[in-house]
Amino acid sequence: MSVPRFWRKISKRYNLEGTRCTQCGRTFYPPRTFCPDCRRSGEIVPFRFQGKGEVVTFTVIRTASDAFARQTPFVLAIIRLDEGPRVTAQVVVENVSEAHIGMRVRSVFRRIGTEGDSGVIYYGTKFVPDVPYPEG
Amino acid sequence: MTGIITYGAYIPRYRIRLEEIARVWGDNAQDIIGGLGVREKSVPDLDEDTATIAVEAARNALTRREIDPGEIGAVYVGSESHPYAVKPTACTVGEAIRATPAMTAADYEFACKAGTAAIQTCMGLVGAGMIRYGLAIGADVAQGAPSDALEYTAAAGGAAFLIGRDDPIARIHGTVSFTTDTPDFWRREGQNYPRHGGRFTGDPGYFKHVQGAAHLMLEQAGTSPGDYDYAVFHQPNAKFPRRVAEHLGFTPEQIRPGLVVPELGNTYSGATMVGLAATLDVAKPGDRIFVTSFGSGAGSDSFDVEVTDAIEAGAFRRDAAPTVRQLLSNPIYVDYAHYAKHKGKIVMQ
Ligand SMILES: [Zn+2]
Repeated sequence: MSVPRFWRKISKRYNLEGTRCTQCGRTFYPPRTFCPDCRRSGEIVPFRFQGKGEVVTFTVIRTASDAFARQTPFVLAIIRLDEGPRVTAQVVVENVSEAHIGMRVRSVFRRIGTEGDSGVIYYGTKFVPDVPYPEG
Repeated sequence: MTGIITYGAYIPRYRIRLEEIARVWGDNAQDIIGGLGVREKSVPDLDEDTATIAVEAARNALTRREIDPGEIGAVYVGSESHPYAVKPTACTVGEAIRATPAMTAADYEFACKAGTAAIQTCMGLVGAGMIRYGLAIGADVAQGAPSDALEYTAAAGGAAFLIGRDDPIARIHGTVSFTTDTPDFWRREGQNYPRHGGRFTGDPGYFKHVQGAAHLMLEQAGTSPGDYDYAVFHQPNAKFPRRVAEHLGFTPEQIRPGLVVPELGNTYSGATMVGLAATLDVAKPGDRIFVTSFGSGAGSDSFDVEVTDAIEAGAFRRDAAPTVRQLLSNPIYVDYAHYAKHKGKIVMQ
């Protein structure tokens, strides 16, 4: 990915910012400027997702390009956010065997990749299992 | 009066036991654990660094209290492990909490006290009426060269404090600093790991500066150690803060909640900040907290803090974000090989 292409969407990647149709309530991520259901009658407004959701399906990546090689094996999942839209993102688990369909997850801020030792560091949203912290 | 509006901490879930590090280098584990008073230390995940830790700590702070991020006029991140040599971590944090673009930002470096220096800067800007809120963060993924003494304690973590004037959960009655030019610990530009003056740097470095700042603070506040419910000192190991507390006249009970180094290790710029966060986690309205950081090079910042009724009021929800104790619980232990992978530690000094 080019630096400018990443850069233009940086806030939306960091903060799970999408849009919402005020007519039917449907939410979009990545953001859309047009509601396919309501067409011109729907007004589109910014909407920030809470970052909680559920794994719909996933795959385990065991071989990856240089930028991600140090992180293999890792889980890449399609997550249905509680507000509706589906996003593709990495789920960070202790062991890839933990991942399962229906797993509850929450968003975290992590390094997505780097361009070698001297290039840009890409940050963004990943997910971790949404387990409550112990008492105390 | 200027004070803390909200706060949050973050600690990665991975840990390595000092026993495991000693095993690899053939050191006597019991001597080292006994000498340092540290049993284990935190290790960042493969995709965690100072920026991600700073963001998570800042988000935990903002989870505890509803603040319009657009009102945050300054973000300062203190660290000695900023991901870039040139490109501020503070900009990434500002973007990730939606405080951009109407804000000032900078990264701070002053060994382990860059985070408390950030609190002082925010106090000044807030006090002068230039900004409504300022966010001060101390975070590090601390570096220690393989087999160096620092490797036993260099840990990862951080804490964020939102400074402002409106209804603070804790007032900061005053702050003073004590600074000299002392070569006790350093890292030259381009080097991967810091170096230090050896084991005898404690007296001219840590003890001289922590005591210097603490005495100035007590004098300015007109207080004595007995006036405080809690005290937090920079904690490169458990021995130094215990000894300095004793020299100054603070009791082991006063430093207990904020002494997290035995299970966390030394989070450098995060250390005093996480200790203060852990103390605020248990503090009650009216409690008074004495705080003194230390950064090699060298200097100490001291603070006189008093917890207000707002810490238990509706606008501030302490249990909405994890406490330091909760962040320390349920760790995942790694062996040295995993640890080296997590730290990207293949460069030998
Ligand atoms: Zn619609």
